[in-house]
Amino acid sequence: MAVANAISDEGIVDVRDRTDIRRQAKLVSIFGLVLLALIAFYSRIDDFHIVYTLGERVIKDDPAKEINAQPIMIVGIVVAALALLLAAVNRVPKGALGALGYLLVGVAFFSGFIIWCYADQSGAFSVAIINPFPGTIRLATPLIFGAIAGCLCERAGVINIAIEGQFLMGAFFAAVASSMAYSAEMGLVGGILAGVAIAVLLGVFALRYQVNQVVLGVVLIALATGLTDFLLSQVPDDPDIKKYLNEPLILERVPISGLVNIPVIGPALFNQTILVYIMYASVVFVTLLLFQTTWGLRARSVGEHPKAADTVGIKVNRIRWQAVLLGGAFAGLGGAYFTVGSTGTFDSNASAGNGFIALAAVIMGRWNPVGATLASLLFGFCFTLQAQLAFLDKIPGELLRASPYLITVIAVAGSVGRVRPPAADGEPYQS
Amino acid sequence: MTLQAPVPTPGAEPESVERAAKAELRHPASWLPTVKVTAGAFLTALVIGAVVIALSDDDVIESLKYFGTYPWDSFTRSWDAIWSSYSALVKGAVGSSNAIASTLDRSAPLICAGLGVTLAFRAGLFNIGAQGQLIIGALCAGYVGFTWNLPPFVHLVVALVAGLASGALWGAIPGFLKARTGAHEVITTIMFNYLAASVLIYALSHDTFQRPGSDNALSPKVDDSAAFPRLSIGGFDAHLGVLIALLAGAAAWWLLERSTWGFELRAVGANAHASRTAGMSVAKVYTLAMLLAGMLAGLAATMQVLGNQNSLSATLPGSIGFDAITVALLGRASPLGTVLAGLLFGAMSVGGVAMQAGAGTPKELTDVLQALIVLFVAAPALVKGMLRIKESGGGATVMAKGWGS
Repeated sequence: MAVANAISDEGIVDVRDRTDIRRQAKLVSIFGLVLLALIAFYSRIDDFHIVYTLGERVIKDDPAKEINAQPIMIVGIVVAALALLLAAVNRVPKGALGALGYLLVGVAFFSGFIIWCYADQSGAFSVAIINPFPGTIRLATPLIFGAIAGCLCERAGVINIAIEGQFLMGAFFAAVASSMAYSAEMGLVGGILAGVAIAVLLGVFALRYQVNQVVLGVVLIALATGLTDFLLSQVPDDPDIKKYLNEPLILERVPISGLVNIPVIGPALFNQTILVYIMYASVVFVTLLLFQTTWGLRARSVGEHPKAADTVGIKVNRIRWQAVLLGGAFAGLGGAYFTVGSTGTFDSNASAGNGFIALAAVIMGRWNPVGATLASLLFGFCFTLQAQLAFLDKIPGELLRASPYLITVIAVAGSVGRVRPPAADGEPYQS
Repeated sequence: MTLQAPVPTPGAEPESVERAAKAELRHPASWLPTVKVTAGAFLTALVIGAVVIALSDDDVIESLKYFGTYPWDSFTRSWDAIWSSYSALVKGAVGSSNAIASTLDRSAPLICAGLGVTLAFRAGLFNIGAQGQLIIGALCAGYVGFTWNLPPFVHLVVALVAGLASGALWGAIPGFLKARTGAHEVITTIMFNYLAASVLIYALSHDTFQRPGSDNALSPKVDDSAAFPRLSIGGFDAHLGVLIALLAGAAAWWLLERSTWGFELRAVGANAHASRTAGMSVAKVYTLAMLLAGMLAGLAATMQVLGNQNSLSATLPGSIGFDAITVALLGRASPLGTVLAGLLFGAMSVGGVAMQAGAGTPKELTDVLQALIVLFVAAPALVKGMLRIKESGGGATVMAKGWGS
């Protein structure tokens, strides 16, 4: 049907841009797939009753509520059908209105999927849909720190692949500092210092010795992995000594009174650890720093055209050093999440590849701190959802686990496509 | 990102690169600095490693407490710790024919996967996906190896082809995506690593991939008919795959340096725009280079699955795919260098275990040493400055300028 429409449309309109035809074909196939999926979900559900709660878990004071999801499902199908109709006659609006339309279709598909997952639960008690946003913010926190660190470095023209290495070192030394000082906040300081230490190595080798920065990043990750494993093996099992080295305190949650009572987003945004609040401030700070200050303008000019910047008297490598070191501090904070921010004790490879995901977030966010933050939140949401859906047997957990990575590939290959990095990203400069 | 062949001086023009490469073969004066710098990098890494060994030794820490009154004690004890660790490392790696056999055995997958990263490097692609390609290769080679029933030689060949083809396919996808949509290979290969790991865990949760009568996520071993034959000479016992790995090195050299297609690959790696103008298909080179890289990673997987008859498990791939990147970097993205670097890393990893058993120094130290060696090899200016090497040259490993096109 999609093909037939495209052809008949071509007959009516004399001259049509090829990209326009391609856009129509793309939209028709996407919306068609969504509609098909929704109808498939609808037809396979027998019992539309699902339970949900707005809290993070079902507790006695706040029992799970039950809802009949059939109307929601029907609305979703109607939305998808309308979108398909608009696409078929090539009347999908562009700009903000179009974006709203995509969002609606996305929400329709997503809610249909969730309803299908949670419906038809047979058993003594049913698993309730819980509020995914607190988990999203938590899991996105290290990614956001890593991503803004990456943005800072790369906007100034230094490729930072070593975010994973900074995470590992930050996590380890946050654990050590917190154990030694018997204070979770000191752990953050330890994390910052360790992140900056790797940043110093990055700066020395990339800026002073002009080593290929992609290579350097990989080597620094190998170094950080080896070093943290080595140091971890040096921590004795003797509990008397171990408690001073690798038994850190964990950051307490600090609810912000008043704001925390906002439904749904209150507990997500305002019932978190201090690390998360620092993360909010950091995103604002880095965005303002890069786009509203003289230093930011200089940093971006150094990343785009270092020679021009040098000509007007900007010290290229000094700015780059500052950006790398500041980025190291943020990445170290992100690393601290993996010990004092969440589980406590440092284990081998505690960051588990999150640094690479932060790197992907930098590129998906097009080297913009806000974009990178949104990309990180998307990852955090995927991870949270995957953890929650793992309780249900509808989809194999291993495939769910793969979904964030698949989404990244599709996003990078599809919509994001040919992103444009800062022009001088990764090019050493010698004045 | 634009990667260039090993260049004596950073920033040299492409023509002088060719000339320098030729000169490198003929005159010792042109490759001597490289050897010197590499040796210097090793020395520096070993010295730092020695400091770490000394500081992590209990006896040395004990003696530091009275360093003020009797400093000599600290030095002798440090020397003892360093000497016993390093000698255990060397002895464990190449001390006996048994040790050499296990070194070769450990090196073989590193060499193959490293060659894959090297090939991609020369085409200007940074292949971080060796790990994923290896996992998929192991999965398919293993599946053929333990479920199909075929006559001995045929079974081996079919399993080998399965490993190579699946790895190649997994590698080719990011290459194709890069060529068609511009999706950066660093991101896509990383994601494909995670995807491959998920596929492996998913497969291991199914009965087909599990040992009969066991619920563990552990597959059966491949049948003997699908295993590489073993070469036993005296105390030396290794599987045929070791030989294949060395042959793969020779094949990669021929492909890169002597074939037309290898020339195209290097040309695209040196300057994709110029190659496109000259009529080469950059898209084809990207896809084929990644396909070959994946195939070599798949070969690395067969070393483990068909060579050592390891069972498939979540821990089977280890960190070979990531070590392969450092191997390729240390080998300066040349096939011969990659083979040598793979042998070195294999020796260090075998020796590291012996060092932990013999001298009590944690084997993780070898990871630190490996990273340091590559770091210093990549920064010739630093090593020259520290060791006061005057000659010019001995230059950088692989040059990359940025995120690329």
